[in-house]
Amino acid sequence: MTSMGSARWKALLPGRRTRALPSPAARGELVAEAVGLRVALGGQAVLDGVGIGVRAGEVLALVGPNGAGKSTLLAALAADLAPGAGEVRIGGRPAGGWTAGELALRRAVLPQAAALTFPFPVAEVVRMGRAPWAGTEREDEDEAAVALAMAATEVEAFAGRPFSALSGGERARVALARVLAQRTGLLLLDEPTAALDLRHQELVLRVCRERAAAGDAVVVVLHDLGLAAAHADRVAVLHGGRIEAAGAPSEVLDAEVLSRVYRQPVEVFPHPRTGVPLVVPVRSGPHRDPASPHLHDPDNSASLTGP
Amino acid sequence: MTALVEAPATPEPPAARPPARRRGRSTVLTVSLLAALLLLSLLSAGIGAYEIPLGDVLASVQHRTGLGGHALDRTAESVLWNIRLPRVVLAVLVGASLGCAGALMQGVFGNPLAEPGVIGISAGAAVGAVGAIALGLTFLGNWTVTVCAFVAGLATVLLVYAMSRSGGRTEVVTLILTGIAVNAFAGALIGLFLFFADNAQITQITFWQLGSLAQATWPKVLAVLPCALLGLAVAPFHSRRLDLLALGERPARHLGVDVERLRIALVLVVALLTAAAVAVAGIITFVGLLVPHLLRMANGPGHRFLVPGSALGGAVVLAAGDLAARTVAAPAELPLGVLTALLGSPFFFWLLRRTRRRQGGWA
Repeated sequence: MTSMGSARWKALLPGRRTRALPSPAARGELVAEAVGLRVALGGQAVLDGVGIGVRAGEVLALVGPNGAGKSTLLAALAADLAPGAGEVRIGGRPAGGWTAGELALRRAVLPQAAALTFPFPVAEVVRMGRAPWAGTEREDEDEAAVALAMAATEVEAFAGRPFSALSGGERARVALARVLAQRTGLLLLDEPTAALDLRHQELVLRVCRERAAAGDAVVVVLHDLGLAAAHADRVAVLHGGRIEAAGAPSEVLDAEVLSRVYRQPVEVFPHPRTGVPLVVPVRSGPHRDPASPHLHDPDNSASLTGP
Repeated sequence: MTALVEAPATPEPPAARPPARRRGRSTVLTVSLLAALLLLSLLSAGIGAYEIPLGDVLASVQHRTGLGGHALDRTAESVLWNIRLPRVVLAVLVGASLGCAGALMQGVFGNPLAEPGVIGISAGAAVGAVGAIALGLTFLGNWTVTVCAFVAGLATVLLVYAMSRSGGRTEVVTLILTGIAVNAFAGALIGLFLFFADNAQITQITFWQLGSLAQATWPKVLAVLPCALLGLAVAPFHSRRLDLLALGERPARHLGVDVERLRIALVLVVALLTAAAVAVAGIITFVGLLVPHLLRMANGPGHRFLVPGSALGGAVVLAAGDLAARTVAAPAELPLGVLTALLGSPFFFWLLRRTRRRQGGWA
């Protein structure tokens, strides 16, 4: 909305605080980290002794059962929460040491549910992602950033429609486009695939991969372990406010660990063509055959449930 | 980001088009509102029991501003400058304050039904003003009533804000119910002041309460001018952040908005504007609701147009309303607040029905 000319005028206005623009992080550099993090909500410890680092150029997936603390960890990394103990560092500085405006240049956050009080058109919602850069030299990227973000999430077709007239999945993609348009070095996405169809789930994770390939750090909360296995560089399994396991998908996505954490027997086996781990709940199969071993064999399920 | 270029490249960013069209529409709307305001002001200055032709009004204004023209005869000059013009200026100030306050409140509360009248801010400010009149307070001279209205209005905004919010948002039902409670309490306080007031004060308070600009004088204009101008000048600087606040508090913070500071600043501005309007004109409802809604329908919810546009629109509505109040039942005069409520209530009703039909109501 703001043309380049008015940007120059704004820079001349007195009292306009100049913020330090972030310099791009080198691949593998620590972009954000939580150390000994403890967060209590309503008197109950939701995170307890969590330590994790996010590096530039990687996709980190946070998985775990409901109430494991995934969203809380994401909110803590976004500097939304004041930790009870421990510390969150963003860009090498304690999260509390940045102002809201400085943080907005360094991390973008996709909330779980996208809401809007007034019916702004889609294009303007995406453009809101450029607000932090107003008055900086990178304001000139606005048009390109918005257009690319809308193309990447395939929302151009309804650019002129009001946000309130969209379906849940379309809203989720518009919200993601806004986050992409912010062009920060750290992306924190809370269940970006929850409302999406198969094609767009893959699309969103591909976008995450592309951003990581371009040198950004991406943290994404996922429920679909298959998506995590296929697209994440590292997976952290959260359970009861702690990190149960963290590492490459092939190491972490282990049938024993997942069965215990999710309290649901699962099988993990490599994809016949790609070798990527596939995680499938143990089911009795489509034929309700009384002879099926899974239905009536208690030993079988016991062995999968683990100790 | 380079990898994203692989996505189907669009020669012209689709995002660029709708805002451009919208900017054009903003300009057209602003110009037509300004033209309407100017026309209404000139008509208002001329029409009344003592008719002054439009040419004479222009001539006298030119004469006084030293741009040629000529002075009128003594009666006409006196009617124009001591009775009509202060009233026109007051109507414009009050209308602009109410319209702008409505747009700001709806943005801050994230709620399209927030309006100083509906949720009790006007009533709260009225308690301050009535108290000042009934107790015969004059400690700040001309500004006493305005200051008392401001303090009481500010206390009310803070109270409503604290009581109607939970978990970072305001539910419509809670907000409206809070408004009912606040209005009832304020009504009781005003009743108490009336009970202890003498007859002359009761008459003064009653007329003032109905909402009227009949006693407009230049000193009265001066009494509200600082409040109104300060509020109107500060408000547009928050437009961009108000847009972001529509995403919710957390997302707004993620985009660099200091939400707490924004809220406190805007609540102060709303209290200033409401106090300015209530102190001189009593409780005039629905202007702050009607004007921002109409403008949102015409030009979308972007606050960069909506906030100044609502001030302009509010001024137009009140200038027209006051002209109607003076002339419809001439030589008698309808109270302005009664007239706006008469026209505003059906609009409110229509708004409820429409929202209900479109999105199943405000939950």
